[in-house]
Amino acid sequence: MLEIRNLHVELEEGAKPILKGLDLSVGAGQVHAIMGPNGSGKSTLSYVLSGRDGYVVTEGSAHLGDIDLLALEPEERAAAGLFLAFQYPVEIPGVGNMTFLRTALNAQRKARGEAEVSSGDFLKLVRQKAASLKIDAEMLKRPVNVGFSGGEKKRNEILQMAVLEPRMCILDETDSGLDVDAMRLVADGVNALRDEGRAFLVITHYQRLLDHITPDVVHIMADGRIIKTGGPELALEVEHNGYADILAEAQ
Amino acid sequence: MTRDTMEGFTMAALDSRTEAPVMEVRPDVLDERENALEVREGVDEATVAAVASLGAYKYGFQTDIETEYAPKGVNPDIVRLISEKNNEPQWMTDWRLKAFERWTQMEEVDWAMLDLPDIDFQDQYYYARPKSMAMKPKSLDEVDPKLLDTYKKLGIPLKEQEILAGVERPEGERRVAVDAVFDSVSVGTTFKAELAKAGVIFCSISEAIREHPELVRKYLGSVVPPSDNFYATLNSAVFSDGSFVYIPPGVRCPMELSTYFRINAENTGQFERTLIIADKGSYVSYLEGCTAPKRDVAQLHAAVVEIIAEEDAEVKYSTVQNWFPGDADGRGGIYNFVTKRADCRGDRSKVQWTQVETGSAITWKYPSCILRGNESQGEFYSIAITNNHQQADTGTKMIHLGKNTRSRIVSKGISAGQAQNTYRGLVSMHPKATNSRNYTQCDSLLIGDKCGAHTVPYIEVRNNSSRVEHEATTSKVDEDQLFYCRSRGVGEEEAVALVVNGFCKEVLQVLPMEFMVEAQQLVAISLEGSVG
Repeated sequence: MLEIRNLHVELEEGAKPILKGLDLSVGAGQVHAIMGPNGSGKSTLSYVLSGRDGYVVTEGSAHLGDIDLLALEPEERAAAGLFLAFQYPVEIPGVGNMTFLRTALNAQRKARGEAEVSSGDFLKLVRQKAASLKIDAEMLKRPVNVGFSGGEKKRNEILQMAVLEPRMCILDETDSGLDVDAMRLVADGVNALRDEGRAFLVITHYQRLLDHITPDVVHIMADGRIIKTGGPELALEVEHNGYADILAEAQ
Repeated sequence: MTRDTMEGFTMAALDSRTEAPVMEVRPDVLDERENALEVREGVDEATVAAVASLGAYKYGFQTDIETEYAPKGVNPDIVRLISEKNNEPQWMTDWRLKAFERWTQMEEVDWAMLDLPDIDFQDQYYYARPKSMAMKPKSLDEVDPKLLDTYKKLGIPLKEQEILAGVERPEGERRVAVDAVFDSVSVGTTFKAELAKAGVIFCSISEAIREHPELVRKYLGSVVPPSDNFYATLNSAVFSDGSFVYIPPGVRCPMELSTYFRINAENTGQFERTLIIADKGSYVSYLEGCTAPKRDVAQLHAAVVEIIAEEDAEVKYSTVQNWFPGDADGRGGIYNFVTKRADCRGDRSKVQWTQVETGSAITWKYPSCILRGNESQGEFYSIAITNNHQQADTGTKMIHLGKNTRSRIVSKGISAGQAQNTYRGLVSMHPKATNSRNYTQCDSLLIGDKCGAHTVPYIEVRNNSSRVEHEATTSKVDEDQLFYCRSRGVGEEEAVALVVNGFCKEVLQVLPMEFMVEAQQLVAISLEGSVG
């Protein structure tokens, strides 16, 4: 599903290298977790994959299926089935959540040559998705993320994911700033969306999210590279011993 | 004193210095945030580059039609000629000549934050009329098909069964009567007969001067006196046509009324005059639209709109101003100098101005309310979008004279390209306007780093029981917002339109339904190419 080969990325400003030869392969239906200390390049990876300005890819490649992600504009990547759940979802005052989602869905459908969804059908679709994720329909009427609590913002990301139905979902520290209950709700949402045709890349600092979203593979990232890959037990090891041993081992 | 305050913003400021108990807030102290924002690289450069490539004015076509002109320039003979063309009575001709006399002694105002070009007022045509309109057609069926076709192309329904573009509604549920003004003359007015049944008079002002002189004499110039300001005085001398509305006591106008102004002839100024009278306890909602062909020579438009709201009357006046803004290099476009003012004469009367200003090379316009009646209310909702080299200095004046009067101002200014956008507003609480309130909210949005947004509020409070609130913000279309939209699949231009429409929402939602859809699309079109 997602194939990243020898990815080198630096900041546009100051040419500071962030990713230094990252390799990653996520198969369809799999959930991979990336853990790592601060500054290891985890968030940069998510931004580069989704096409944010400010980064220069100096070497390597990233493909979604047979699509060369790095050659596409952010909106084209979205239409190709990539989704990034933001660590800090952005507020858009005055734009209703429903309007935003429908504009997004129809833009993607149009890009893929599919018919646009009528407002009636869209309403049905969103209500059904919101109900399945136990999201209050009231949230749909409010402007995008404006005045949302931390938990609401993250659940709104999951709702967008459910409506847009991407095949590759990246969750960038979705657990940050959430209390235990809010985290469980978000995790339940993600688990409800797991299926054979969809893959997840879960970026997190802490093992606790992985108690709720059980990964197939765990990667440890440091200094712009994956330095160790293992099963769910690797996350537990980090939780108990910190990154020091693994970092030392890698060196 | 009121007159003085109304004459111009500089006058208003002077005025306040001469009287003793004044709480004056100097605009430069209160709020001047010109480009005070940090400008980031990346999106902004792209933004600016793309703004330059704009050019999506959809109404720039020209109607090829035989036109009669009065000789170029303005002098007492031209004033008499215009009066004669309209078959006006002597009192009207005299009124015009007096205004002209006054105008020759006046000077153009220069207090606005506008880079005003030299306008040669003698190098303009002051009267242009399609030849086919020499004999005024008795009904729309007799109007030159080319003219009708022009309005059809603009999406303006001149057939009575049609409904304004944008929203489909069952027939008969929501209709709009239209007065169509083409260059210097009114082409026709729809639904006149049906409106007459309700006692509503809706016709061109030239017709009103002939048919309803008692109403015109009583009200014309009573809100914007012929000596008001340079452009209004010129208008008083040479206005050729416009709309006239009278709603009798207790009548709720059975449909929305609208005037659609079209400038077609070259080198011709359009000077229209609108007079709306809402008698006691009546209600009317009025819409105004304007467009002009694309030309590389600028054209002058100096209109006057007067609204009178008697006791318990309510008037809603909505404008979508879409005059040709000039090309990307700032050539051509309409110079729009407009005086719009409402007199809330009676107690509990209410006037609401809503404007969406997307066009014109220069906009100089301050729709205002004189809150004379006790408990009268004035509202001003504005969206002003400037792109490329457009300049807008626009806002409102709320003059509180009566007790317990209320006013509310919501202004949304959007600048892109190298455009300059100024909100200028006066809130004046006079000594007798006790227990009055004003709330002003002024938000500016910048797209790119070469444009400017300015907020210049003048606040005068001359009693101890009134309250004035002013809030202002300046923000940029933020890179994070755009990236968020794009990461969800929304293209960059659509993302900008989405964010900007969100920014304008409070104003868009007070527009009548027909206009709201049009305005939303217009916001997107005006900023087309502003990023990418």
